[in-house]
Amino acid sequence: MTNSIDDLAKAKAFFVIGSNTTEQHPIIGAGMKRAVRKGATLIVADPRRIELARMAAIHLMHRPGSDIALLNGLCHVIIREDLHDKEFVANRTEGFEEMKALLEGYTPARVEEITGIPAADIQKAARLYAASRPAAILYSMGITQHASGHAAVMAVANLAMLCGNIGVEGGGVYPLRGQNNVQGACDMGCLPAVFPGYQQVANPEARIKFEKAWGVSLSDKPGLTVVEMMNAAHAGKLKAMYVMGENPLVTDPDLQHVEAGLKRLDFLAVQDIFFTETAALADVILPGNAFAEKQGTFTNTERRVQLVRRAVEPPGEAGSDWQIISAIAGRLAGDKASWEYDSPAAIMAEAAALTPQYAGISHERLEKGGIQWPCPSPDHPGTKILHVGQFSRGLGKFSAVEHIPPVEQTDAEYPLILTTGRRLQHYHSGSMTHRVAGLNTLLPEERMEIHPADASSLGLADGDMALIESRRGQVKSRVQLTERIKPGVVFMTFHFPETAVNLLTIAALDPVAKIPEYKVAAVRVKRAE
Amino acid sequence: MMTLTINGKRTEASGGAILDVAKANGIRIPTLCHHPALAPQGACRLCLVEVKGMRALQPACTFPVTEGMEVQTDSPKVRAARKFVLELLLSDHPQDCMTCEMCGNCALQDLIYEYGVKETPFAGDRHLYPLDDRDPFILRDMEKCIRCRRCIRACDEIQAVNAITMINRGFRSKVAAAFDTRLQDSNCVFCGQCISVCPTGALTEKDSHGLGRAWQIEKVTTICPYCGVGCTLDLNLRDGRVIKATSNWNDSVNRGVLCVKGRFGWQFLHNPDRLTRPLMRSSLWREISGTEGTPAKYDGFVETDWETALDTVADKLSAARTAYGPDAVGILASAKCTNEENYLVQKLARREIGTNNVDHCARL
Repeated sequence: MTNSIDDLAKAKAFFVIGSNTTEQHPIIGAGMKRAVRKGATLIVADPRRIELARMAAIHLMHRPGSDIALLNGLCHVIIREDLHDKEFVANRTEGFEEMKALLEGYTPARVEEITGIPAADIQKAARLYAASRPAAILYSMGITQHASGHAAVMAVANLAMLCGNIGVEGGGVYPLRGQNNVQGACDMGCLPAVFPGYQQVANPEARIKFEKAWGVSLSDKPGLTVVEMMNAAHAGKLKAMYVMGENPLVTDPDLQHVEAGLKRLDFLAVQDIFFTETAALADVILPGNAFAEKQGTFTNTERRVQLVRRAVEPPGEAGSDWQIISAIAGRLAGDKASWEYDSPAAIMAEAAALTPQYAGISHERLEKGGIQWPCPSPDHPGTKILHVGQFSRGLGKFSAVEHIPPVEQTDAEYPLILTTGRRLQHYHSGSMTHRVAGLNTLLPEERMEIHPADASSLGLADGDMALIESRRGQVKSRVQLTERIKPGVVFMTFHFPETAVNLLTIAALDPVAKIPEYKVAAVRVKRAE
Repeated sequence: MMTLTINGKRTEASGGAILDVAKANGIRIPTLCHHPALAPQGACRLCLVEVKGMRALQPACTFPVTEGMEVQTDSPKVRAARKFVLELLLSDHPQDCMTCEMCGNCALQDLIYEYGVKETPFAGDRHLYPLDDRDPFILRDMEKCIRCRRCIRACDEIQAVNAITMINRGFRSKVAAAFDTRLQDSNCVFCGQCISVCPTGALTEKDSHGLGRAWQIEKVTTICPYCGVGCTLDLNLRDGRVIKATSNWNDSVNRGVLCVKGRFGWQFLHNPDRLTRPLMRSSLWREISGTEGTPAKYDGFVETDWETALDTVADKLSAARTAYGPDAVGILASAKCTNEENYLVQKLARREIGTNNVDHCARL
């Protein structure tokens, strides 16, 4: 996120696209609702009438997979009506003319065709966003989980820069991070192309730095992402996997393919707190610790590194995850001493020395409260807002990005769009939340959302069991008839292994970000007898 | 700035309510309906003070200070009025502090103690409501409600949900969801913010009942394990187990606000399904040890010891690397795990295996 959570109270307007904030980031969602009640303008773009849509000045119910067209359309109107921040564009950015030329093709009429949103609403939304400054844009997986995800992110940045909403309090772009420490896992280099601190493995300078620190020579070849690993396993090229605290057999796209891949491995080790679906396929299962048993840090969506404190002892012989990893690594190194750390604080000290954004961060400092990176030195207070006065790269770059349709289109055989997400009461594959009785009472099972118009033509009544099929698999689920969902679109979560929606999703990847297109798959639905 | 006198002591203030100015000067005025995170209400009449020149006593939480004002916060007249209010409250409140979940953490109990209200002179109708346990997480004992409206205001002002309000009029008025339905049939999101502001035992954490009271609890401050907002949680512990999660109004990020998973989603920690011993696929165990081993509770697995488990993992990863090259090994780190653990995992992949095949669920 360019800005901070506290900053949201200073925004005059919010544009929420592809984020069901009140369910997925409830505390931020509540903050936004408070601000809207005090007069801030809210614009929502989502194929579902999410809770925020009820208090929005306008709700754009666009077709899944048409985000870029919509964002381009908004920029088109803003430029055409001369509503953009010309000073910001002139002084802080580059690439404007090129983008402007491309945007000429995104007239409200054409965008209406692609998105299904009336042209007048596109114009109204553009004027609302441009008229309220500072304005914040909030998005999440609704923008990114597409085969065109990275281009959609650029389209979001275009809109923010166009109105001078970068580097200012109350403005900014908020890509809301989903997991408690997804920001930190990325920061720490658990990505196939980068070392900690986003230093490229292919960059010789970065590699030399880590080779020196770790005393070995390192591979310069970017590795495989999760989905690519599953493909490589399926193809017999990946032979062994070590999985720490993940459940790909529920959360990855195209599960039949994933299962076949994992089964083909010579060896699979899983480190987890529960016997998950993935663990069931493992050769060795190592019991780890839950958050309350850990000492360490999580980094939240606003880049704030915060101390996690051990509150309770782990059950039975469950081991500290950092000690488990050290023990295995020490054996692999043939030198256990080289992997002996005194404490998680000592690990952070090593990581911080190699990660420029974390250079000034230590557990000792964090005892007094969280710190937002970049924090380059021990006396640096941390950074609340990015790109103030100047972008990290110098000038902010407008990107001319074209609308790219989803990989899988609906047709006569598979006429409905399936889009997926999460709900408030459960979390991801549910290995934690399914073990909280009250959450199961509140949301005991999956109910696929379908518009009454679609349901009636299929002979489905509320609560009926339906069979949902895609080209990759089939799932049975009860249906919920609701006008919350756009006609022609159905919605399911991936919380419940018994209605594993990822049997249906497509593993089509964005070419740059390698993110799967969870948000659009073509399906057909019929009554399950 | 204006000058005023509180309890004969001259002080300066730039404005605000009497309650705020008194607090800034170290003078405690008792309150029940007031909460620092909520707008003043002036409902409970506990904070009544004497303002010179005013005929009636005034509520300190809503009455603004003015130039030259003279205030008495603890005069006999004020104390008598507060005692009267407490006697009225007690006349319609169960006296079951011995078994009440909030004993020791109850604003009403503290004031009854402070003002020495042993019994109430007022007899009359009592609110007699059955315990409302129709919902998960939130237990409602409306006999203990003092109608301070803190819960209603938290639901409105903090969460902007407005699931609960005052229904009925007069003596029959009651905090409830519309038509007094279950909360789960209303638009309640079960954030439990209402519990966090309730000054008595009217609203409490259902799953924590009987597990420990304020003075028996130790709190450890940590970070919520669910979404990326990173709310600060206080895990409430007794005998080494989590019995409740609360939050602190002064913490950064969430500032005392939590959602349903953050406040109530901790039970998985002590679930009997937790993995407690390393496990190995039975066929692999046979291959390594030549014995049948101790069956685990999961089909096809036996229990093993840490040394064997760690040796086996290292041997197998090493074997795959030797036979097929480092890029035949893939490592998945976790967005649920700490920075320190994730740093080590990618270091293991890169330094010991020699591959950049390390990723996690960032895209999922």
